[in-house]
Amino acid sequence: MRILIFLIAFLPSLAWAQMVTRDGVTLTQQQETRAEAIGDQLRCLVCQNESIEGSSATLAKQLRIIIRQQVVTGASSKDIKAYMVQRYGIFVLLKPPFMPLTWALYASPFIAVLLGFLAYWVARRTPAPPAPPLSDADRARLNELLE
Amino acid sequence: MSPLRRRLLFGIPLAVVVGGGTGFYTILRRMQENDYDPHALPSPLIGKRPPAFTLPGTAGMQGFSNTDLLAPPRPMLVNWFASWCVPCLQEAPMLAQLAKSGLTIWGIDFEDNAAGALQNFLAQNGNPYTRLASDASGLTAINWGVYGVPETYFIDKTGIVRWRYAGALTDEVVASTLNPLLKQYA
Repeated sequence: MRILIFLIAFLPSLAWAQMVTRDGVTLTQQQETRAEAIGDQLRCLVCQNESIEGSSATLAKQLRIIIRQQVVTGASSKDIKAYMVQRYGIFVLLKPPFMPLTWALYASPFIAVLLGFLAYWVARRTPAPPAPPLSDADRARLNELLE
Repeated sequence: MSPLRRRLLFGIPLAVVVGGGTGFYTILRRMQENDYDPHALPSPLIGKRPPAFTLPGTAGMQGFSNTDLLAPPRPMLVNWFASWCVPCLQEAPMLAQLAKSGLTIWGIDFEDNAAGALQNFLAQNGNPYTRLASDASGLTAINWGVYGVPETYFIDKTGIVRWRYAGALTDEVVASTLNPLLKQYA
């Protein structure tokens, strides 16, 4: 029993063990997961085809720190993304938002399908009309040839 | 097959190829003429005043804050640079020339933390800046949306950012964009 109480007294240390430090910011595993999810959706502006989470650029590291600091203070993922968009524009979002500038982008699959139907309609072949029935003369000639 | 459909069947792919080809050719030609950079990003700061900041001076010069940029007597440039940045070195003669022509340029030295590096840079390349601040942490740069050095911001007489150029200023950029802006906002 005494051992059990002793062990229970150490339970809070388990929570401590869940703390992680990334880029100099210490946060819980849960917060780190959320920070990573945000970073995965943001473009590194130096390398442009990497996410902030996956880039080794100095700017990406600084932005990772800012994301984590804001996550620790309890900012929502939406707020953190808005913070980045305010500074770097919508280009920072790897998935562009649906807005007038991106309408054509989001409509493109549907436009492609429509064009496909159009191409099908243009290229489709009408079946040839059935041949007119043989006349008596034709039949007579045919019989002659076959005999 | 009707003649119309026959014509469409031939014409649509031809139109797509011609249209696409013209588009790609235009992009490539403009890239070659340094008229278009696919990596350049529009700055969200355009049409707005720079965000709040106060940066200390460096290399014996006066620093500045956003309030110093509220109403410059004439349009001016804020140039982000660093002594460790190679394009900044290439840009230095252009900035010297612009400063000589009477354009006010304020500099912000970005994450330049090696002792004496900035002094060496200015000694070797001249100092085109009227004021020179230091952003050692790079946090003000993030608030400005700076994603690399050099970056140059054009600020009009009402303190509003009208243009941002990422990369070294060249003769072509000055002739094609900066000079028209200076005329427009004079």
